[in-house]
Amino acid sequence: MAINVLLAILATSLATYISRFFGVVTSKKVKEISKIFKWFNCLAYSTLSALLARIIIFPAGALAEADYFIRFIVIFICLIVFLISKKNFVYPTVLSALLLTFLNSSF
Amino acid sequence: MINIKYFLKGFFCIKTVNSPAIALFASFIAIGALFKSIGLNIQESIFSTFLTYALPGSLIMAESLIVGASLLNIFLAVWLVNARLYPMTVSLFPLLSHKSQPKLKYYLACHFVAVSAWLIMKENYKSVERKYRLDYWIGVGAANVSVAVSATAFGFFIADYLNQDMMIGLAIVNPVYFTCVMVGAMTNIQMSLAVMLGSVFGILFYFISPEWCILFGGFTAGTLAFFIGELNGN
Repeated sequence: MAINVLLAILATSLATYISRFFGVVTSKKVKEISKIFKWFNCLAYSTLSALLARIIIFPAGALAEADYFIRFIVIFICLIVFLISKKNFVYPTVLSALLLTFLNSSF
Repeated sequence: MINIKYFLKGFFCIKTVNSPAIALFASFIAIGALFKSIGLNIQESIFSTFLTYALPGSLIMAESLIVGASLLNIFLAVWLVNARLYPMTVSLFPLLSHKSQPKLKYYLACHFVAVSAWLIMKENYKSVERKYRLDYWIGVGAANVSVAVSATAFGFFIADYLNQDMMIGLAIVNPVYFTCVMVGAMTNIQMSLAVMLGSVFGILFYFISPEWCILFGGFTAGTLAFFIGELNGN
């Protein structure tokens, strides 16, 4: 490994903390009922959604080895389970791991 | 310094049905196993999860270590992918602020901003007295970090027993959980548009720049959703 692991961990945590830190600094001037707050709320959800779409469609790591089509089927089935189980989070999450492991080893 | 009653109340939110504990545990098992496979020791693995506590950043660090990227590269890549924590913090901390809380506490408490804890807090803040929301939040965050750290250690130790299919299975749990949460959050025009446009623009911008797609896509989608929502009375 070319670089020191400890330094890589510190760089990673610092790069992560920066966004949180500036978030606190900015939030001091933002009122809960303001338009700015609402806008940031939209930004937070849309960036999360963008990240999620990227992870699912252009994954990195282990997920990249599962077929495109299989990933979609798993997400689709789990969403249906989520909606018909009156928005229970446990069933779709547990099912997703089992389903993807099974489908990926079978096809 | 911290109100124990509210801290514990927040801490035990992790036990509820809607809690991200399962998704968090599954994905950090995968991270623990990944850390072991690229040669980190148990101390480094735990230290990394404790200090970073943001999944995509840890994944990028692991991949960068494999390809031997420079420190500056790691720093910039992690900053870009975790910059989403900025709007998340700005849209959470005004709800937690109270004049009786010391300023330093906010800077320490912001370490817990990550999707899982953030979502719990967004859902529960109204039920907590404003004065103690920060203590409650620290409880929620501490519980989530504890789950993440234990799962990393667990994943590290069972790494040799996990085959590739199981690793792939674990990797889908977190995206599925968050997809469900996002769908659950679509309660008005603004939120629904933010979520739907976010995924569309995130992908579109990927073709222009894979590094910047989350930020640019999220910013464009969030701003559009905000304005369309405002014009239509949310």
